[in-house]
Amino acid sequence: MSWILILEQSLNGLQFGLMLFLLAAGLTLVFGIMDMINLAHGSLYMLGAFIASTLAQATGSFVAGVLLAIPATAILGMVLEISVLRTLYARDHLSQVLATFALILIINELTRLAWGSDAALPMPQALSGPVELLPGLRYPAYRLVIIAVGILVALLLFILVAKTRAGMLVRAGASNREMALAMGVDIKTLFTLVFGVGAGLCALAGAMLAPLFAVQVGMGENILILAFVVIVIGGIGSIRGALVGAVLVGIVDTIGRAFLPIVFGIFFQPRVASAAGPAIASVTIYLLMAVVLFFRPQGLFPARG
Amino acid sequence: MKRSIAVFIVLLGFPLVMSAIDNLFYVSFASRVIIYAIAATSLNLVLGYGGMISFGHAAFVGAGAYAASICIAEGVTSAWLGWPAAIGASALAAWLIGAVSLRTRGVYFIMITLAFAQMAFYLVNSMKAYGGDEGLSLPQRAELGLGLDLGNEVAFYYVVLFFLALSLYGLHRVMRSRFGRVVIAIRENEARAEAIGLPVRRYQLACFVVAGAVAGLAGALLASHGKYVNPNVLHWVQSGTLMIMVILGGVGQLWGGAIGAFVLLGLEHVISDYPLPWLAAVAPNYQQHANLGVGLVMLAVVLFAPHGVAGLLSRRRGA
Amino acid sequence: MRRRICALTLSLALASGAQAADKVKVGFISTLSGPSAALGVDIRDGFQLAVKMNGGKLGGLPAEVLVGDDQFKPDVGRQIAEKYVRLDKVDFLTGFVFSNIMLAAVPVAFEARIIYVSPNAAPSPLAGKQCNPYFFVASWPNDAYHEAAGQHATNKGYKSAYLIAPNYQAGKDSLAGFKRYYKGNVAAEVYTQLGQLDYSAELAQLRAARPDALYIFLPGGMGINFIKQFVAAGLSADIPLIVPGFGSDQDIIRPVGEAMLGLFDTAHWAIDFDNAANRRFVAAFEKEYKRLPSVFAAQGWDAAMLIDSGVRGAKGRIADVEALRKALKAGKFESVRGSFKFNRNQFPIQNYYLRVVGKDSQGRLVNKTIGTVFKDHGDAYVQDCPMK
Repeated sequence: MSWILILEQSLNGLQFGLMLFLLAAGLTLVFGIMDMINLAHGSLYMLGAFIASTLAQATGSFVAGVLLAIPATAILGMVLEISVLRTLYARDHLSQVLATFALILIINELTRLAWGSDAALPMPQALSGPVELLPGLRYPAYRLVIIAVGILVALLLFILVAKTRAGMLVRAGASNREMALAMGVDIKTLFTLVFGVGAGLCALAGAMLAPLFAVQVGMGENILILAFVVIVIGGIGSIRGALVGAVLVGIVDTIGRAFLPIVFGIFFQPRVASAAGPAIASVTIYLLMAVVLFFRPQGLFPARG
Repeated sequence: MKRSIAVFIVLLGFPLVMSAIDNLFYVSFASRVIIYAIAATSLNLVLGYGGMISFGHAAFVGAGAYAASICIAEGVTSAWLGWPAAIGASALAAWLIGAVSLRTRGVYFIMITLAFAQMAFYLVNSMKAYGGDEGLSLPQRAELGLGLDLGNEVAFYYVVLFFLALSLYGLHRVMRSRFGRVVIAIRENEARAEAIGLPVRRYQLACFVVAGAVAGLAGALLASHGKYVNPNVLHWVQSGTLMIMVILGGVGQLWGGAIGAFVLLGLEHVISDYPLPWLAAVAPNYQQHANLGVGLVMLAVVLFAPHGVAGLLSRRRGA
Repeated sequence: MRRRICALTLSLALASGAQAADKVKVGFISTLSGPSAALGVDIRDGFQLAVKMNGGKLGGLPAEVLVGDDQFKPDVGRQIAEKYVRLDKVDFLTGFVFSNIMLAAVPVAFEARIIYVSPNAAPSPLAGKQCNPYFFVASWPNDAYHEAAGQHATNKGYKSAYLIAPNYQAGKDSLAGFKRYYKGNVAAEVYTQLGQLDYSAELAQLRAARPDALYIFLPGGMGINFIKQFVAAGLSADIPLIVPGFGSDQDIIRPVGEAMLGLFDTAHWAIDFDNAANRRFVAAFEKEYKRLPSVFAAQGWDAAMLIDSGVRGAKGRIADVEALRKALKAGKFESVRGSFKFNRNQFPIQNYYLRVVGKDSQGRLVNKTIGTVFKDHGDAYVQDCPMK
């Protein structure tokens, strides 16, 4: 077990976790302030990737495609919020779950109609090679960029939430909505804006991950579950919780995929060991969430006092 | 009650008509619809009558399906052993998951049931001995004896129809009993129920376990029907589909689950197999986008007709 | 009028067994969406082109080809198979790319005594103990390319090899096949998840292991992503990569590009084969679809030609399954790979060649044949098959 291996796997886990954070941040605020379960959050991630793919092709530049996809998806998100989601705030959770599940189906099919089942967002040539971090460790440049972007966005979000007036209103709304309303905060507009920001973050994650994975209809469903797990572990309504939860989940997942097969390989046949590793890693993540829910249901960093 | 009997008479006659025109495909399709009706009815008990939003119901269907499949794969082909095993497995799973999940409330309950369902999914996915994500193909359907060959589509149809009748009748009796009234009272106002001294959690858990057991039976029937089971049966999207069926049909209405299953699966089949020329002219390939219609209908139901189809029907009757 | 229809129906019903049918119905189900769609699309295009070049006929009868998308899901593939076999009553089933989906769906056909002609997947259980009279393979036994690759690695003298494949039947077969002919040391045998797209964890392990060579079986979108990430991690400079022919054909060359140059692979067919059938096929494919055919397209074409020879040999009497089987087993059709011959388990016996990714006369990236690895090679499982 070399240090290089451990370092590389840690970077992988960090990279995955930071992207999860982008999704979880928007989701936790939506949930925290408006108490609304939005299953269609993953669809915004998917839309971001598709829009980025089209814009990158149109402008000929990967960076332009990604940067333009953020506001485009944010606007789409806000339109969705104003038109459909607002009617759900007053409804019970079951209705929200079912309505947003229906939205997933609708958005998936509309995407398929507009783009087909998949699209491509190729990695920019300049970043497709490795960077020599240490002698013997050449890590993909693109993944380093993802880590950098993730850390940058996390910092920006923290500044936004902790140091600005808008951020203060958001924290107030997350911590006690009725009081905030009573104090005269225009919670409706605030929420639309928060939703837009969340959608933009999703788009950033979707666009950045697109060159690594495939851009395909349905890509939101799998990552959505993980995002929910993250916000439950981290604490609903808390961005700090989302960051801690996301990095935790990212590292557990990578460790599971990387090291468990080796451990199992000592006892079992390669096929069994290889299957068991990812399975146990996934189970561990859900187990972690179940344990947190059991002992500390409000999460690690609850927003509500 | 009279309407229910009338419906069953129609259902009884259906395969005979289909046999006469040599279209056994639809008998098999109808069996599948009925099995989903049983699964949706079991979810209706928990969701509609019990008010517990369980996003992990597919795990119980899956537990039953896999228990029954493993029995057949290992050579235990008798339904008298395999199906009770399936019911037992899913009831046990429901008891374990329910005992832990029911300690939470609201959205946390939803999330934790979801989490458990996903755990079950990943565990089953990793069982390479029973196919893993390739699934498990069975050499035959379960054997019931009694002179019935379940390999015969018509015979199988009558068996699943019998179980649907049993489930619906069971649900009908349970909800009229004291147990049922308590469950509804808990759904209406949990705090009040607790205040008057009812052991809320025990009733909820019992409800959960019964629903899980029936779901397990549906799973066993599903495995025999397709002679194939794979981990997708346990995926959370399947839970969502079952919830759609219940909502569509009508939460808390006796026939809600069955109507929902019939409407959803029927719609899917009709859209993909019977092209409407005028619609195809406007939107070519619309058949590949059947889910769009399903999603829109779902959204409309949630927003405008929260009591589902059954609710609309009973309102028109002036009930 | 009604009596006339009754009489007609009655006479048709009586006649159906004894006379030639008036058309051939083929159910084609494949993976036509998702990251690995290019494979299914190529097979479908090759198949439909062959039918078109035959004047819309197979074996002299007008052909109706129903096309379904299994969406890379075994239960969807199975449901479509049920519909085609039971409702649409097809005469042949074909098309699947992936073994796991095929294995879930073909029992439906076998039970109804409908013949399945495989244009791709041909897993080892069906070659050996579970060989089935209704299963005909127009492509190759699953292990074959891997055995040839293992032989090539032995020939090159690589002392240690690192192996990666997805965790399903074909993946298991692939590495078993490689190991059967590779005489060096297996540094590691890693199974990834089917459909996995992020290989960062596996690449880190690979870097730490430092083998002499890397052998991967990652078809479709999996391979595209792996090779791109392999290059991005700087590992392509250190570790030679060997792949089976379907891991480096046009569907992967197109998205990955120049990074593929110099890659060695093994296959039963290459675009530069110089026989009449292949020249005709390649020219027609390029003209019709404006792209170069991959080995998958060649297999789709051959599957259609095989069905054509079967129907022709049975003189159009497709209701007579035994006559069809006999005609198919004779394998008398002009395959783009050259000569064609079935083993007694209805899997082909053929040559396997070494190819390298280079540029053709027009500067396009193609696989070029540079040598023969195996001649008249069968499979390792036929001795377990009870069929004659």
